[in-house]
Amino acid sequence: MNTTIVAGLLLVLLAFAYRAGWSRSASLAPADGGRLHSRPAYHGALVAIWALAPALLILALWAAFSDTASRAWIVSRLPPDVAALQGADLEEAIRRVRQIASGFGVAGETAPYENAAARALAEFDTLTFATAIAAAAGTGALALLAARDRITPRLRARNEVEAVMRLAMIACSVVAILTTAGIVASLLAEAVRFFTFVSPVDFFFGTVWRPGFSTTGHGAGGEYGLLPLLWGTLMVASIAMLVALPIGLMTAIYLSQYASPGTRNTVKPIVEVLAGIPTIVYGFFALVTVGPFLASLGRALGLDIRATSALTAGTVMGIMIIPFISSLSDDIIRQVPKGLRDGSLGLGATQSETIRRVILPAALPGIVGAFLLAVSRAIGETMIVVLAAGNSPFLRFNPGEPVSTVTVTIVNQLTGDTDFASPQSLVAFALGLTLFAMTLVLNVAALYIVRRYREQYE
Amino acid sequence: MTSEQRLALIRAGLSARHARERRFRVYGLAAIAAALGFVAILFGMILARGLPAFTQATLSLDVAFDPAIVKVEDKPQPRQGQSPADHRQELLAWERKVTMLNWNRIVENAVRAAAPDTAADARQVLSIVETNARFQLRDMFVADPSLAGRTVRVKMLASANADNWLKGNIDRALPDAQQQLAAPARALADTLRENGAISFDFARHLFTNTDSRSAPASAGLAGAFVGSLYMMLVVIVLAVPIGVMSAVYLEEFAPKNRFTDLIEVNINNLAAVPSIVFGLLGAAVFINYFRLPLSAPLVGGLVLTLMTLPTIIIATRSALRAVPPSLRQAALGLGASRTQTVFHHVLPVTYPGILTATIIGVAQALGETAPLLLIGMNAFVAQVPATPLDQSTALPVQIYLWQGNENRNFFEARTSAAIIVLIGLMLTLNAIAILLRTRLEKRA
Repeated sequence: MNTTIVAGLLLVLLAFAYRAGWSRSASLAPADGGRLHSRPAYHGALVAIWALAPALLILALWAAFSDTASRAWIVSRLPPDVAALQGADLEEAIRRVRQIASGFGVAGETAPYENAAARALAEFDTLTFATAIAAAAGTGALALLAARDRITPRLRARNEVEAVMRLAMIACSVVAILTTAGIVASLLAEAVRFFTFVSPVDFFFGTVWRPGFSTTGHGAGGEYGLLPLLWGTLMVASIAMLVALPIGLMTAIYLSQYASPGTRNTVKPIVEVLAGIPTIVYGFFALVTVGPFLASLGRALGLDIRATSALTAGTVMGIMIIPFISSLSDDIIRQVPKGLRDGSLGLGATQSETIRRVILPAALPGIVGAFLLAVSRAIGETMIVVLAAGNSPFLRFNPGEPVSTVTVTIVNQLTGDTDFASPQSLVAFALGLTLFAMTLVLNVAALYIVRRYREQYE
Repeated sequence: MTSEQRLALIRAGLSARHARERRFRVYGLAAIAAALGFVAILFGMILARGLPAFTQATLSLDVAFDPAIVKVEDKPQPRQGQSPADHRQELLAWERKVTMLNWNRIVENAVRAAAPDTAADARQVLSIVETNARFQLRDMFVADPSLAGRTVRVKMLASANADNWLKGNIDRALPDAQQQLAAPARALADTLRENGAISFDFARHLFTNTDSRSAPASAGLAGAFVGSLYMMLVVIVLAVPIGVMSAVYLEEFAPKNRFTDLIEVNINNLAAVPSIVFGLLGAAVFINYFRLPLSAPLVGGLVLTLMTLPTIIIATRSALRAVPPSLRQAALGLGASRTQTVFHHVLPVTYPGILTATIIGVAQALGETAPLLLIGMNAFVAQVPATPLDQSTALPVQIYLWQGNENRNFFEARTSAAIIVLIGLMLTLNAIAILLRTRLEKRA
């Protein structure tokens, strides 16, 4: 109800202001005989901006303070013995008054003082709302009139409107910086709090991960060694790259060098479907299909492979990364100048010799960049490892055994009841910081290499 | 060496080189076959497991609302001078009495009427009907108290265990101790299936019900779906304007200096930051600092917005870059300001590109799970969220929750069905994007 009124008021104000600016501008044009600096639409927009800004400000203030004000009003209307209550009892009294005031009523008898307070509250709410609306409408109208009176043929309304637009655009661009700043600041702040419990040396060089539970009380109370998690992360990521790199690269080579346009146009989108599938689906796939398959394969070969292991998670993650590698390498291979390829073929080299001796070496920096980006993806991937890596944070060197990774541990430490004061939760931010730093280095290096590579052939 | 000899040398090596060439080609074909094979296996496995879950064993029974069991006073009506709260309390008291009636007995009688010569005892009979059947009958009675004494045909879900048994998801040869249902109950289920009282109906409740722990066979995706919908709305409302505006600024207005360089590097890097880091940001800033509610689609939407922004910015920028400079020069030459040039002439040409980028970004956000786990969206929620500030889950999180359910042989199919719904949604979004793009491009 109130929202509708507010939205309606703003819309009416907007329409009136725009109309007022427009018609003033239109009426000025013939009187002067000359030309206006700006078109009527800009005058309208300018008046609308000036009229809406103060009205919005007042409504924002009202929205921010109305709850506190009505609460204070209720408390002041309650008899002293009720108002002196503390905590939940006071909240309950206030809630009852609000419910009676809303007309829904409360169960059971109502005390006379409650009814009185509710009546007073209803009046207060109506009054403050009416005041806020009236104030917003009034200032809006005044600002509208003032802005309208500014309109002269020489007013540079377009420039002013464009300045406002440019400010809005800059504000939008800054969101990206604020996000990065927010990530770095929040990770650093919480990680520093974590390091007051556990020394960074123990964290970064510890070989045992046994954080204990936050419910057993505060204090460190566990061992927070990063190395087992880091090892698990690297192992899963390496397996993923072992799967993805050959398949992705060969797919890209075949599609760009051998395949007919028809084959290319059918195969490429199908392979790229793999990139659009949510990671949770890959996780489920790993858990119910790939894991049991690898385990039975291991049994047949006499190897001990668990259903949830680094191998399972890595294989499926590799499948996920195939399209990433293949489309990036495809772009890069196609950027190699045609002259290199034609020259090599002209000298009698076979196609595969051209690819291996000429095209790949020329495209190598770009492919390395793509590889680094893919590694960064693999390191940061979460759902596949949560479901399929087995979550066992020990330093093990057999890929058939379950492992745990940095991302899995972040999820484990921060789901359920999170208490932001315990090291068990805070460690997630230290892990996040490590992860962010690793991916940042990989991304920046990859972007730098790819950019250098592009420049080389442009 | 004469040219003859040189030729002979080359010819001698030729067959080996050609063999190498053929082998190389085979590697390429093998790689493509592997990639396509993975796509086929993935979809095949999900369809094979998920499609059966779209139909579910459903009992159609003649339920007699026996007046000897349904004994309760008349439903209270609002009286003159009674506050709505008081009336509601009276109504609740009456409903509590209705709930206390022996609805299980009515269910059991209905089943026995359909299979008179069963050997199953009361518990075994009830074990093949979903536990919420009694609430279903109660709700029917609450809505229409005149049902007392009448017999009506009611469709009730069979229990998850009965569904498993009838679909063959559990090995029929297993000994009794390993079966989920007792032997008489299994025989009863088979009898009912044979005489047509149990049929496999389309599982409508998968789309209309919310998650449920006590009645797993009736668990549905409605709550998760609405939660995802709210998040996508937040993403569209926030990410599209902010992303497009910032792309326009960076591409068309920004001077080339250290500051805009910084923004550039930033955006490129943000696009490659692991999604879970955005979840940490959400947990630290939105939940811990701003004290926004846990599990709320609004917070999820904000986190996903920050994640989607780089995608939209980068795609919009490349769309802007593809606009021929002659367009700008023509507009500027005719006296348009730079803002006018961009907003009246350049930006409209890029609408197909921006639209595609938006839909791709939204589809990506729709499938994201990890950051949502960190802001508490993995809570069990049995309601459809009414506002973006209510507790809720999301479709991918629901998949995560269901795959962890202990009734594995029932929930594996359920999870696959949910995955089919999610992927179906994403494919629809992408199809819409392609369709709109081709239509818009044709017009331009």
